[in-house]
Amino acid sequence: MPFIPHTEKDTREMLDTIGVKSIADLFDEIPPELMIEHLEHVPEAQSEMEISRLMRRRAKMDGSPMCFIGAGAYEHHIPTAVWDIATRGEYYSAYTPYQAEASQGTLQTIYEYQTMITELTGLDVSNASLYDGASALAEAALMAVRSNRRVKSGRVLLAPGVNPVYQQVASAIAGAQGLSFERLPAVSATGNVDFDQLPKGRDPVAVVVQQPSFAGTLDDVDRLTDWAHAEGALLISIVNPISLAILKPPGQWGENGADIAIGEGQPLGVPLSSGGPYFGFMTCQQQHVRQMPGRIVGRTTDLDGKPGFALTLQAREQHIRRSKATSNICTNQGLMVTAATIYMSLLGYEGLVNVAHACHANTVALVNGLTAIKGVTRLYDGAFFHEAALRLDRPVAPLLKALAERDILGGFDLSAFAATDALLVCATETKTRADIDAYVAAFADVMAGSD
Amino acid sequence: MTELPGDLLYTDEHEWLRQEEDGSVTIGITDHAQAALGDLVYVELPDVGEEVDAGGEMAVVESVKAASDVYAPIAGEILEVNEDLADDPETINSDPYGDGWIVRMQPSDDLDEDALMTPDAYQQFLDELED
Repeated sequence: MPFIPHTEKDTREMLDTIGVKSIADLFDEIPPELMIEHLEHVPEAQSEMEISRLMRRRAKMDGSPMCFIGAGAYEHHIPTAVWDIATRGEYYSAYTPYQAEASQGTLQTIYEYQTMITELTGLDVSNASLYDGASALAEAALMAVRSNRRVKSGRVLLAPGVNPVYQQVASAIAGAQGLSFERLPAVSATGNVDFDQLPKGRDPVAVVVQQPSFAGTLDDVDRLTDWAHAEGALLISIVNPISLAILKPPGQWGENGADIAIGEGQPLGVPLSSGGPYFGFMTCQQQHVRQMPGRIVGRTTDLDGKPGFALTLQAREQHIRRSKATSNICTNQGLMVTAATIYMSLLGYEGLVNVAHACHANTVALVNGLTAIKGVTRLYDGAFFHEAALRLDRPVAPLLKALAERDILGGFDLSAFAATDALLVCATETKTRADIDAYVAAFADVMAGSD
Repeated sequence: MTELPGDLLYTDEHEWLRQEEDGSVTIGITDHAQAALGDLVYVELPDVGEEVDAGGEMAVVESVKAASDVYAPIAGEILEVNEDLADDPETINSDPYGDGWIVRMQPSDDLDEDALMTPDAYQQFLDELED
């Protein structure tokens, strides 16, 4: 729990010094009709003792099931050293410091992170991170509008494989700022974009492609990138950082590469931990750098000619440009980024490639095992990375419930999104052959039991 | 304080305008504005052919410490932008009334000189700011 050392007297003195009666008065520029007294579904404050007890009880409910769910967040092995180093006192903060240049070690860590992420994505510049993958899409769309000023439509076209939750988040953040998000048509057999049905003359400001797609498939990103550019749009790519160890980086897509790459950074050394905190990453081509939100650390030399690190391009950030900043929700996830930097450093290029290959091989084995069961087929043809969608001959939810009773998280129920009984499964490098066999056997068993 | 050029008109947003013989108007920011911003590192220019409203955002000048909008003092169409500023934004610092011009516009209406300041009026405006 945080320990806040201000006494009432301290607070009183501070308020008196700035000539304000109460803390509430500091917020009086917010119109009263916008103030909410009570938030629905948010319980009353609890004491430290009560909240500790509640959290211990909740933690126990998690148990330690075998997890075959991906769908945006992935279980990977995290070397113990990652969090051992990341939680050292020198690193243990969620923020870039306010006197940033006084903390050269922190800035160097972020600089190394930026370097690694640009290498993975094949683009020129990285920021110091964003909240998460979903909000990074909203930020990328807003950035595209600023950078592609010629296009006034505010229309963003999404490939069929874009995570539907990312679309919801992006609409919630950017919808009120004049942006609209529309889906491109899909080929039903593959789930990929239907090039024969692409809309003409929609004047999109940006086209968004997710590779691998939400359903795990691989799209023709080169062709989509070139199509987006021919339509006068920027190409925003959503990528999985682990997959970039073996897939073509967005910077090399098509003739001219993706303009902006974003994604969820969680697979890089951040535990699943019930959904967060995670971090979003964002890289772009040099020509768009002035519209990129968030902090950017640059390398420079000081007055004595010694190398050092400094925050750069700050003039467009909110503490200077206020409401006209490139973003007002661009704080970075410093601690998660520190862990990711250590994770990538420890694994190295070869390690990341090995992890990616192991994930793919395990998911191939899992899909082969499951599709040998009667009533289970692939939902989409074509290649996949470490996640695949399966069509089932019966409702998915009861099967997942039966598997959960055997301490197996069997996958993500895709039925609502795929408009058919479908299951999204994933087996990362954390799964052994025996784990996969055990899951396949359990799946066959609950299928037989529900016949 | 350097002498204000006498052939220009000025705004309270610290922009200057020069009426050209062909009826177009050249616009830049004043010496006071460039000094307040500090060393410029980037200028974001509008597109040629773009229509701007009076008071609308027209360009962004960015120094190491601030990024500021340049507002269009009059409505009209952008005829020409100073492309040299892309590589040498500091020209605005060194020569704000000459090579540091930002755009040339075709005003959509006759210039309302009453809405703008003469050099004397702008000098007085600056003096009052300093008081």
